[in-house]
This record gives sequence, C-alpha cells and structure tokens, in this order.
Amino acid sequence: MKMKRVDYVSTTNACKLCKPLGACLAFRGIEGAAPMLHGSQGCATYMRRYIISHFREPMDIASSSLGEKHAVYGGGQNLKQGLKNVMNKFGAGLIGVATTCLTETIGDDVPMIIREFRKEMEEAGGGVKPPPLVYVSTPSYSGTHMEGFHAAVRAVADQLCTDNCLCADPERKFVNLLPGFLSPADLRHLKEIVDDFGLGCVMLPDISDTLDGPALEDYEKIPAGGTPISEIRRMGSGGATFEFGHTLEGSLTAGMILRERFGVTLHQLGIPIGLRETEAFFKRLEQVSGIPTPEKHELEKGRLVDSYVDAHKYLFGKRAVVYGEEDLVIALTAFLVEIGIKPVLCASGGRSGRLASCIKRVTDGFSETAQVVEEGADFYKIEELCEGLAPDLLVGHSKGYRLSKKLGVPLVRVGFPIHDRFGAQRTLHAGYRGTQMLLDRIVNAVLEKAQEDSPIGYGYL
Amino acid sequence: MSTGASVIFQERKDQILRKGQGGFDMNCNRESLAGAVSQRACVFCGSRVVLYPIADALHLVHGPIGCAAYTWDIRGALSSGPALHRLSFSTDLQEKDIIFGGEEKLYRALTELIDRHSPKAAFVYSTCIVGIIGDDLEAVCRKVAAEKGIPVLPVQSEGFKGNKREGYGAACKAMFRLMGSGDISSIPPLSLNILGDFNLAGEIWIIREYFDRMGIQTVANITGDGRVEDLQRAHGAALNVVQCSGATMELAKMMKESFGTPFLRVSYFGVEDMSESLYQIARFFETKDPGIMERTKELVKTELTKLYPRLQEFRRELAGKKAAIYVGGAFKAFSLVKAFRLLGMQVVLVGSQTGTEEDYKQLYEITDEGTIIVDDSNPLELSSFLKEKDVDVFVGGVKERPIAYKLGVGFCDHNHERKQPLEGFVGMLNFAREIHSSVMSPVWRFVPRRKAR
Repeated sequence: MKMKRVDYVSTTNACKLCKPLGACLAFRGIEGAAPMLHGSQGCATYMRRYIISHFREPMDIASSSLGEKHAVYGGGQNLKQGLKNVMNKFGAGLIGVATTCLTETIGDDVPMIIREFRKEMEEAGGGVKPPPLVYVSTPSYSGTHMEGFHAAVRAVADQLCTDNCLCADPERKFVNLLPGFLSPADLRHLKEIVDDFGLGCVMLPDISDTLDGPALEDYEKIPAGGTPISEIRRMGSGGATFEFGHTLEGSLTAGMILRERFGVTLHQLGIPIGLRETEAFFKRLEQVSGIPTPEKHELEKGRLVDSYVDAHKYLFGKRAVVYGEEDLVIALTAFLVEIGIKPVLCASGGRSGRLASCIKRVTDGFSETAQVVEEGADFYKIEELCEGLAPDLLVGHSKGYRLSKKLGVPLVRVGFPIHDRFGAQRTLHAGYRGTQMLLDRIVNAVLEKAQEDSPIGYGYL
Repeated sequence: MSTGASVIFQERKDQILRKGQGGFDMNCNRESLAGAVSQRACVFCGSRVVLYPIADALHLVHGPIGCAAYTWDIRGALSSGPALHRLSFSTDLQEKDIIFGGEEKLYRALTELIDRHSPKAAFVYSTCIVGIIGDDLEAVCRKVAAEKGIPVLPVQSEGFKGNKREGYGAACKAMFRLMGSGDISSIPPLSLNILGDFNLAGEIWIIREYFDRMGIQTVANITGDGRVEDLQRAHGAALNVVQCSGATMELAKMMKESFGTPFLRVSYFGVEDMSESLYQIARFFETKDPGIMERTKELVKTELTKLYPRLQEFRRELAGKKAAIYVGGAFKAFSLVKAFRLLGMQVVLVGSQTGTEEDYKQLYEITDEGTIIVDDSNPLELSSFLKEKDVDVFVGGVKERPIAYKLGVGFCDHNHERKQPLEGFVGMLNFAREIHSSVMSPVWRFVPRRKAR
C-alpha cells in the first residue's frame, strides 16, 4: 500500500460535512425529539436544505437564532427562549441541543444554561416539566458530520441511561443496536433481522420512519417514529449491544458507556455490507439469541453467494474508487474485494487515523487489496489521486458525480447525500439482502457501461 | 392539527395579517424568533448567493467546512464560459486555527488557489467564527492582491450579523470595489447593467436577447454569468436595471452616488411586469433613440402573439385553482401574484423571509380579500395556512417543498433548484407549464387530504 503525500492548505469540494449536521440527524431518530442548534439561524437552514434534498422529507431544525449582540454578550437567553418555544409549539418529548462553531467559541456554557432553564421552568410552577434536554458539543471546526452523529448518540446514552435500578430486566431479552448513519430501508431491514432471531431491539437512533414517512393529512410537528425515550432509558438492561463502525473501536461510544455503566456486552462490528461483515453480525446474533440463523436469511445468503458466482466474470479485476464516510468506505471495500473488484482508492474526508488499518484488516487474505488509502481527502485530492489509477467505477455519494463524468466511468450511488437521484431513503445496502441489491446495481452499472461503449450493441450480456 | 392560533407564536402575531381584517399593520424586519424554525438563512448566505454566479472569480469561504459544503454549486447559475464558481473552496478551519488565528492559513490557501486557477479576482467570505476570532481579512486580502496582481476582496459576511439582507449589502460593497477601474471608452450610449439576475437556468440570456433586440448593449451581468472585467467596466453603462431589489439595490444606490448611474426597478417574471419593465427602459432611452419604443412594442407584440394562445390552454384547466407563495425576497411575490392572476388562479397566501414594510404594503394592495400575508414564517404556520386555505399549489424553495408534498399539495420550485427558466415571456410559459404539471397530476387523488372527501 503506497501513500501519496501532497498536503494542500485549501479544501476544494469537500468530501465531508460539518459536525452539527450529524448530531441533528441522530436526534431526528429519537421519538418526539426536536433537534435544535445553538448558533446563528443560517446553520439550521443550510442543514435542513441539505438533508431535505436527500430524503425528500420534512426536516425541521430549530435554532437559537443568535444575532450580533448575543455573540458579544452570550446566547443563553436566546437558547432558553428557543427551548421554551420548541417545548410549547412543537410539543417536543426531547430536545437535542447541538452547539455550533459560533457558540463554542464565544464560550457559552450550554450545560449550565440548560440546568438554569430546567430550574427556572420548575420554579415557574404550573406543573410544566421540561422534557429531557440532551446536550452535545459539536464545534464545526473539529471532526465531520459522522463524529457529530456518534457524539449525539453517545450524549443520548450518557444523559438518559443513568438509572440502572429503574430498568433492571433480569431476562435481558432484547439487544441494543447502534447502527450509525444508514438509510431508512437499511434500518428497517436490520430490525427485521434482529426480530427474526426472536430478540427485542432498541435501535438508537432510528430514522426509518422519521425520515421516510407516509403521505399525511396533517403536517406532523415532529414526525412519528424514532426510538422511544422509555426504550432508551432501559438500554442498560439489554442483553448485548451491537455497534457498527470499525473506526469506533477503542473510543468512548454509546456502546462503551452501556458496557462501563451497566455491564452490557458490547459487540463492535463493521457495517454489515458484504458477505463476511454480514456473516459476522449474524454469528453474533446466533450467539446472543442462542438460535441458528433463520432459514429465510440462510436462503438470502445462499442467493447472494449464487449471484457472486453469476457476476464474477463481469467484475473481476475492475478498479473502483470508494469515498465517503470512513466506516461506510471500509464496509464497501470489504464487500468489493469479495467480488473481485480492486479498490484502487479508498478516500474519506474524515480523519480518524484508522482508515488504513481498518481497510487492511477487512481486505486481509484477498489479493485485491487497496492501493491508496487517503484520510482527510477532498474531491480535488481524490481526482488527483485518480490519475494513473484508471478506475472503472466510483462508489460513493452523489457529490462524486462531477468526477465520474470527467473520468467517463459510472458512479454507483451509496451513502449521503444523494442529491441527484430518486429514492435514496429506500435504498437498501445492509444485510445479505442489501448486499444483493448493491451487487445488482454494481453489476448493472458495469454492464451498462460496456454495452454503451460497444459499437455492436449486444443484446445478450 | 387545528388551523390558526395554536401554531402561531404570541411573539409573531403581528408578523401575520389577513387582508380585510383590521387594515395594514405588519411588524417585519425583525430578528427571527428562537425556536420557531424560521425558513431564513444568514448573512453569509446572502453574500454567497449574490456573488457566487461571478464565474471567473475565486470564491473562498474562510471558515469551517459546513459553510462551503452546503453552498457548493447550490444554485443552477449558468455560465457561458468559465465555471470556477461551481467549485467549493474553503479554508476548512480546524481547532488550532481557532486558537491561534486563521490568517496564516487563509493567506496560504488563497495563494495556493490563485496559483492553481489564475482567477480574475478573488472573493473571501467571512463566516461566524472568523468574526469571533477576529482575523484581519482586509489585511490578508490586501497582501495577496499586491503579490498576485488581482483584486482580492473581503466579504464581511459573518453569519450572525443579521439576516440575508445584510449579506446582500456586504456583497454589494465587495463588488463595488471592482468598479471604476475598467476601460469604458467603447461603451455605446444605449447601454445598461443587469442587476439582480443570477442566470438560473439561463434566464439572463433571455433578457439580454430582449435588450439586444431593443438595440441596447448589456455591459455587465450582475451577477448571473458574471465576469470580473465586466464589473470593472459597469460604471460606463448609461443605466442600471435592478431586479431582486433586496439583493442589489444597495449597489445601484452606490453606483448612482459615485458614478451618477441612474437605475430603474424591474421584474422579468410574468407578462405584465416583463412588458412594463421593457417599456420603462425604452422610455428611459427614448430621447437618445426615438425608434426604441417602436422596436420594444414590436418585441412585446411578437412575444405575446406566440405566448397567449399557449397560455390559454393552461388557463382553461388552471382557472379557479388556489396558490400559495413563500419566497426569500418579496419582490418576486409581486410578479407571482400577477402571473397567477393571468392564469385565472387565486393567491390565498403570500409571504417572504425578508420583506420590508414597504414590500408588504404593496402586497397588501395587490392581493385579494382574505389573503394571508406573512413575514419570516415557519413550517408549522405554513402548513396550517396551506390546509386552511385548501391550496392547490405552493410556490417556494427546497425547504418549502416537503411541507407541500407531505400534505399532498402541488409545488413549484421558484428558487435554487429550478431547471427551467421562469423569466421573460418564454419563462411565463414555462411557469404555466410547471404549475399545470403539478396541479393537474393525477397523484393528488390518492393523498389522504383529498381521499378523505
């Protein structure tokens, strides 16, 4: 594995988003929760627009809407007023407050402001008790949207899973699932899998309904769905926790908190995409549940292997560039090497410091290992690294479209955002079934390209 | 959800009015209410949308990554040549830059990018964080300008220093610094600058073609398909025509003061406003060229003869349908109200993010009894109004779209994501077609709101 090292100062066409966006997405996956940004109005509006264009669903993010005087004298009053308004008008069952670069730098002590707010509300009487207020520090100048996402999930676990005796469940019949940022379709499928093992499941967060809801007669102030708060509170009595994302290993995550605080066994796994990573997940489910993988899933696995065989000649030796969130890149790379595709470049805007070692681990034993692994990459860098790598396809979110157009190679759209295609929220990638769909899309992208490039116009491929 | 009172914040009551109930009284131009989920953006956004279509300039966002990432190629502002504006440049400030200051990083990033792209000028946008840590943008820009020999212009667009309108002002100030330096000797007497058109879906090309036919040369596009050199010569034009008054009016005023360039307010949306704008401009140049009015009348006649029969087809099906409008600046709403009238449709709700009292007064005058007029609204209010008024189609931007769709209401994007030109006479036809294709779709039969009947 060689590493090309030309460090640019400037960033061109970033391959990452800012931290508070991830926190807002995570909060959207909690039942009755309203995400709120402590900062200026623009942050909330920009993120809403960005998220709406992917999911094609409402995404309301409240803001403390700080102005110039607040930047000088502190934003506490505005935050309190905003909390009150979100409580009263949206009827929020939880408010997830994420900071921004502005409020981190002017030095607002958000936990203290929240404590004060709670006290003021209680003293004001009238029986109005504020809902749980979860706070997460997400300065935009440190980390990407994925760090923001995980930080919010950790903050929820840290601040809500506090009382062991309330949730003691000696039978531990359910598991906690911390899936990270996957599509609503993926989340629905993961819940189905766990359910098929006869296990209850608390999935945190769960955007499967909140960001992929039905047509309605009324606009919901807060979309239905999400992880119920009462369920979150009892996560400490879960039989096990599954947490997806190899780069998270060793850092203080929600799963780690549940283990440290309540002794819940933690299974940190890769995102279950591809045969081996999915198998690993199923194997752990078998252990935890004590039952073998249900027939239905064995069959899906069998069909997947069958299609690996059907597809192998179309794919062998094809060269892929994979980019996006680090753990997604790792999962996709693990999958690609299984089907004989060579991941010539694995790139991410994130900087966990673990991308290369994780990629190495998931491609171990395959001859087609990654040629170049790049953290902290933008699309300028990715394009530059592509020179000489002669990729046959790109696998990543829609912001790679320009590059795919320039290189004249297909882009298989995976991840967030997908701003130029339809149905991102319903696209399945996880599990045997999701891998199957992803495989079909990759093979078809390769076939379509071959067919279009051929002057003959073959009718059988 | 019940309509009306329950979703309206006490603090916002005087930002909503219903025509015919209690006369005109609108308390607008206020800071957004915390927690209300305003549809507004920030100062930076205002500057960014105005300057971004200048295609041969480097647009560097000095701040953390989000501000640049969320505005990457955000609008379909087309260019006939260079397309540097479609790239997203950022200094991607990190924690250590926040602690030790970002000037050095800005200097190095600017130098690197100017060397790489050889732009005609560079705009450097300030963001919230830069306003707090106090980087001296002006000094860095001055230094780089001297070293690289191109204008390097700071844009004072710290997000929290107001709303989008302040951002427009900051953009105007930055552009104004380019003016007055170019050679204007070849500019003819019948000449103008187009202000406040951003060439979404190629709209400015339609308008420029009208001006060509009238015998008027366009000196500078400000800013759609814009060029630095044109901006530098803009002071040589005989007239400024200003659309989207919120965005570029300040520039028109500055130019009038410094160069004596007169300006006219125009709108290219809808038949009425489009024609009247062309006539206004013809009247302005009539003393210099007596034939211009005749040519303009001919142009309008030709276009209308083409347009009307086709418009009638749409009108037949659309007449009596109800429309709602929520846009950024109120100027666009005036034209839309008239355009809907031309289609036989009724506007029952109209609002804007950043309208002024004057704007709302004008809206109050041109709308029908019972119309809801709202300033700086939010999803709860908008959805309740849509429902109350049983709207057939909602005109807005991306953030308004899911509100309409969730409720089973048609939608027309009149903002960033439009791919069809909506300006000019041909734009009116596109607008009618777009409204028609949403309102007349069979899908509404299946949505809960209609099915319940």
